[in-house]
Amino acid sequence: MRFELSDDHREIGRVARELLAVRAPMSALHEVAVTGEYDGALWGEMVSLGWPGIAIAEKHGGQGLGAIGLAVLLEELGYACAAAPLLSTATAAAAIQAYGAEEHRARWLPGLAAGETTAGIGSRDLAADADGAAVAVLIDGDRAELVPAPATEPFRSIDPARRFATVRGDGEPLAAGAADLVRAAIAAELVGICQRALDMTVAYVKERSQFGVPVGSFQAVSHRCAEMLLHTESARSAAYFAAWAADADRERLREASALASAAAAEAGRLVTGSAIQAHGGIGFTWEADVHWLYKRAQLDIAMLGGARRHLIALGRIAGERAAAR
Amino acid sequence: MDLTFSESERAFRDELRAWLDSYDPGSEPAGDEDAHYAWRRDFQRALADGGWAAVHWPVEYGGRGATIMESAIFFEELARAGAPLPANVLGLLLAGPTIMSWGTAEQKDRFLAPILTAEEIWCQGFSEPDAGSDLASLKTRAIRDGNGWLISGQKVWTSGAQYSKWCMLLARTDPDAPKHKGLSYFLLDMEQEGVQVRPLRQITGESEFNELFIDGAVASDGQLLGGLGNGWKVALTTLMNERAGLAFFLQVRLRQLLDALSAEVAAAGMLDDSGVAERLGEVHLRAEVLRLTAYRGLTATEKYGQPGPEGSLTKWMWSQTNQQLTELAAQLLGSSALRAADRWAYELLRARGNSIEGGTTEVLKNIVAERVLGLPRAH
Repeated sequence: MRFELSDDHREIGRVARELLAVRAPMSALHEVAVTGEYDGALWGEMVSLGWPGIAIAEKHGGQGLGAIGLAVLLEELGYACAAAPLLSTATAAAAIQAYGAEEHRARWLPGLAAGETTAGIGSRDLAADADGAAVAVLIDGDRAELVPAPATEPFRSIDPARRFATVRGDGEPLAAGAADLVRAAIAAELVGICQRALDMTVAYVKERSQFGVPVGSFQAVSHRCAEMLLHTESARSAAYFAAWAADADRERLREASALASAAAAEAGRLVTGSAIQAHGGIGFTWEADVHWLYKRAQLDIAMLGGARRHLIALGRIAGERAAAR
Repeated sequence: MDLTFSESERAFRDELRAWLDSYDPGSEPAGDEDAHYAWRRDFQRALADGGWAAVHWPVEYGGRGATIMESAIFFEELARAGAPLPANVLGLLLAGPTIMSWGTAEQKDRFLAPILTAEEIWCQGFSEPDAGSDLASLKTRAIRDGNGWLISGQKVWTSGAQYSKWCMLLARTDPDAPKHKGLSYFLLDMEQEGVQVRPLRQITGESEFNELFIDGAVASDGQLLGGLGNGWKVALTTLMNERAGLAFFLQVRLRQLLDALSAEVAAAGMLDDSGVAERLGEVHLRAEVLRLTAYRGLTATEKYGQPGPEGSLTKWMWSQTNQQLTELAAQLLGSSALRAADRWAYELLRARGNSIEGGTTEVLKNIVAERVLGLPRAH
């Protein structure tokens, strides 16, 4: 039993954290919010590092680092709150790799791995980066489908740094488990979002003084921060478990993914909301940047289908299992 | 990342399971606390005979030199088998390791072996009526008297004191030193005139804990552990050990309780109600997150010698989840769960202590904020 990231996976995270800190600072989101366009040069760098194909097998041009590699990378994407079609492309590719037919893999994966094409992810009502994508992987409860050349209707969501659309057009089913893998990936991004919200908040409450002392010395504030850590680490434990199950124990993926989805949805809502509150008035401004995290978390939670349906599923799993004993 | 047990961990688990299968503990005595304690003492003697009493102790002291992961497996399997905690759990988990870290050769020779066999039971005399979370403000005094010490004061929350031969006692030896610095750690003989034990009745009606009235109790220099004035550091060793050992036993107990509730709720057809399923799912989620987070902490401890940030969270998670679980049971099972003799009624009341014992949740939040997040000291 070793519940920790390997050195290789840790290194992926470290490289991503450093690159994104320099190349995708939150200040860049202000421009994306105005233009609605991603920074092509940033995407080019991601492609050159092989990120879209992180979970694509080497034989299809990817890195073959599996769901854990994908989770580590998406955690960093969430931490940076970067504007790029990476969650969508890398996750759709991972789902096609693990749950698509051989012809799907041969048709879509090499182009996605090489960055020649991108993919969308989400549901018919709420698909990220499906507009202009070569293919979209859409989930609906336990089902997942692949929609080639999706017909889309873009709309602006509360997260202006990610492009959303509704999708029409015929789909082809992916094998059972694909939807769980997609949700495990979204949960991983939420873990990074929570970590960033926590880090920003801790830095702020150490700095900001009222009544002659840093506000972080008040228990009403410091205990809130401790709770943010509790939720973030809870979501991380569940998200890593789901990623591991996707790679090593697919029979447990359904439950693991429900755990990760519920924990990440709960953490995402509480931690990013707390970050705004702990920043006080400045947290309510467009300039303070914590709102990007709150907004992205809300959309990610919507793509997960919310916490409730996963909690209900988990309650029934617990009941069935106990009754079978 | 590998969330399966290694071959050697599986071998350890299977050997232990085989031993637990072969041991017949007899039926658990109900109602009579003395009989229940004797039953746990018998269990520990059997463990000691089989070489299982202290798997985490080094081989030279009669342990198995088990890894931290194996030690966790040991407590998980104990709980899974429905076995009790060994009678001398405080001796095995706290006193023994503290004496190994700080004791002289004579002290190790004298005290360690009888801990293993439950021949000498240990209790912990840290908390006082006016020193709970603020432990360093304790008032119990030890005064120099010839070649030894005269000790007077009052301790509280001393579990198992009525069965104990020895007490890990924290007392003030220098009233003029700053409060953390004037403390010393004694291995106090409980079998003497100057020590009176009075049971403390809890909200459950039972008496797991006691008050200790100490009036002119004697201790020799050989019963001072870790040197004069070094009590706070020695006590920290004890407290560190406290946090690591029991977590896995408690985590499995929580899971068993949750399984029992899940089975009852499923049998009653209540899971068709999505509201009930959602609330049960919430507790299942927290119990799984606790288990996973505890394993993360253990892996970090194995690798770095101490848990990462997640390690500070598991006690807090456990108490919160156990309270949520027992309150859910009371709500879903209705009045039958509130009858005095019902198992759930006991669990509901006992769980209220979880967020107080071994560090209140409020203090744990302070510790997390200051030591993990690096926030300024709280007001």
